[in-house]
Amino acid sequence: MNGADAVLRSLEAEGVEMMFGLPGGAILPLYDAMARGTTVRHVLARHEQGAGHMAEGYARASGRVGVAVATSGPGATNLVTPIADAWMDSTPLVCITGQVKSFLIGTDAFQECDITGITIPIVKHSWLVQDVNEIPHVMKAAFHVASTGRCGPVLVDIPRDVQEAEIDFVYPDEVNLPGWKPPRRGHPRQIKAAAQSIAEAERPILYVGGGVLNAHATDEVLALAEAGNLPVVTTLMAKSGFPESHELHVGWPGMHGPKWSNWALNKADVVVAVGARFDDRVTGKLSAFAPGATIVHLDIDAAEISKIRHADVPVVGPLKQILADLTKLVADEVLPGRTDAWLQQIAEWREQYPLRYSAEPNPAGTVPMLKPQRVLQMLQSLTAGRDDIVWTTGVGQHQMWAMQYVLCDRPRTFITSGGLGTMGYGLPAAVGAKAARPDATVICIDGDGCFQMTCQELATAALEDLPIVVLIVNNGYLGMVRQWQDMFSEGRFSQVNLTHSLPDYAALARAYGALGFTAENEEELEEALTTAIASGRTCVVDARVDPREHCFPMIPAGAAAVDVVEFQETEVPVV
Amino acid sequence: MKHTISVLVENKPGALTRVTSMFARRGYNIESLAVGETERHDVSRITLRVDCETHSLEQIEKQLNKLVNVLRVTELAPGESLERELALLKVSAPPSARAELMALGEVFNARIADLGPDSIVFELTGSPEDVDSFEELVRPHGLQELVRTGRIGLTRATRAPRGNAPQQVLA
Repeated sequence: MNGADAVLRSLEAEGVEMMFGLPGGAILPLYDAMARGTTVRHVLARHEQGAGHMAEGYARASGRVGVAVATSGPGATNLVTPIADAWMDSTPLVCITGQVKSFLIGTDAFQECDITGITIPIVKHSWLVQDVNEIPHVMKAAFHVASTGRCGPVLVDIPRDVQEAEIDFVYPDEVNLPGWKPPRRGHPRQIKAAAQSIAEAERPILYVGGGVLNAHATDEVLALAEAGNLPVVTTLMAKSGFPESHELHVGWPGMHGPKWSNWALNKADVVVAVGARFDDRVTGKLSAFAPGATIVHLDIDAAEISKIRHADVPVVGPLKQILADLTKLVADEVLPGRTDAWLQQIAEWREQYPLRYSAEPNPAGTVPMLKPQRVLQMLQSLTAGRDDIVWTTGVGQHQMWAMQYVLCDRPRTFITSGGLGTMGYGLPAAVGAKAARPDATVICIDGDGCFQMTCQELATAALEDLPIVVLIVNNGYLGMVRQWQDMFSEGRFSQVNLTHSLPDYAALARAYGALGFTAENEEELEEALTTAIASGRTCVVDARVDPREHCFPMIPAGAAAVDVVEFQETEVPVV
Repeated sequence: MKHTISVLVENKPGALTRVTSMFARRGYNIESLAVGETERHDVSRITLRVDCETHSLEQIEKQLNKLVNVLRVTELAPGESLERELALLKVSAPPSARAELMALGEVFNARIADLGPDSIVFELTGSPEDVDSFEELVRPHGLQELVRTGRIGLTRATRAPRGNAPQQVLA
């Protein structure tokens, strides 16, 4: 066999079932090998960025490693955004790129680019394969590095002649990476200290991040919360990592988190960070974040400990084991009823500070009447009680409203771009999630700006039989930018108007073989969503909403939780 | 505060780039850097000098430990380690100034590597501080060109190496 066959045999040996990609010159041998036969299904994307986000969506929905394939040069650079996204959100990803023939490297050959060089700051590791005999070892190492320790992306760049060279294929049983030593166990003494802190706390809280999903530790974090009767906030990345209808779930913190959730986190005396990294969108002004609280930080990545906020009790290791051991101690040491008053206080804040928006219809006849928040509420009520929904989102106002109004009780059902904030993530991620969960109804909550960045992947959804529902919360603007310009630049709107009606999203959907709906009022929206969700087809629902709505509450960038800006007008509580 | 960090890396293509890229990306400035093979041909040692707070130093060590090619990261603490640097200095040396310069060189054990009609090239090996002092002393004579290797270092023979294993450091 040749090197390309060896790549496929390696993928098969790793148990890979799906890969997402787009062929080109330097990766032709690999696609030729696919044509000769493999058990791995290849999903043909329309753009390599789409392929990369599909692989991410697949990884996040399945808990497995995602695989993306692209050719050299522009194919590889189109993967850079998904790689950076996977890096920021710790999504396990193996990217395979073709490279120009070995003797052409460094000559500025056609479609040559130094993709291993370009991606150094955003990969856990990368390999430029120079000898065909390295392929099995490199592939084994790639999957190992992507999925152990803190998950993340790796890149394997293979020159065309290496793909074509002959090899006697033997897949290794073990990796030989002397410099790669992820922590194996959390230290018992530190776990004991963590339990002590929790037992002594008056107002403890679990601040849960995306690490619990990567660690497959959602059952364990639930057990810990219940053992200590501890309130839980989940970050954007951890949404669906803890059942949101559980009484101990007290919302999610950060810039657009409900006021009561931020109150709970900021007034706690012991904050237990679980696979979370004190991101600036969560903490706001660092010196005012949970002032005086004892910080217990559980993480697989030692470099996250005290990176942003000093950890009084650090525990480095796999969350699954740490949480299980910690739960045993907490169950023994936390007195029953100890947190009751604290939970009661949070419940009062919850009553006091519900999410609000104006439910009054707009007086002006020219603007759409639909309220974006109402769109999300309707989506939630139409899907309430269903356990087969997987959500993806783009980035912006609609994403924050999705966070506020959509409830997730099952792990891996909310897939969004957190750290990098990649507009255009939602639609291809939905296609990847559908590939991972064919049984699920995958709904992408998108913005009109985001949708237009990757909507060509509607073709992939339609032709690869990976049907998804896309709800465009269409306010005709780059809404979050508009909100910032309105709030912080005295309403000087600069280059944010996309218009509600160009393109005609429903017509565009039909052009891609999907069903298209336009909704301008609640009746049309309910009918469109009901039909779309039940259709089993790829659908686009264009919900035309009021562009003047801001996403509240909002803690301005760099401000403290007490400086939160809330909805001001008539204050009609709706949740 | 300045720190010297010794990094053992696999002798593989790109290993040095990955290390230096981490410094650039995280906003740490490298003051000097020296790299070469060790007693094992498949392992290289990178000696780095950085100016940062202790908190940042911990971050640097942890971030370096996450790199797949990095085998071990050690801070070379003053007092527990030896540091040396090699410098070549081309100094203006008209016949009238030669004697004084040669005397200076003798004090610092600087070898005369080359001697021309108007200049001398000194070769000096010593602690980086010695090199600094010598540089200052010859500068008034006209320092035409200077090259320094950047410091290299090892822990002393009298003390065990102080390594930081990548896991479980934070007790």
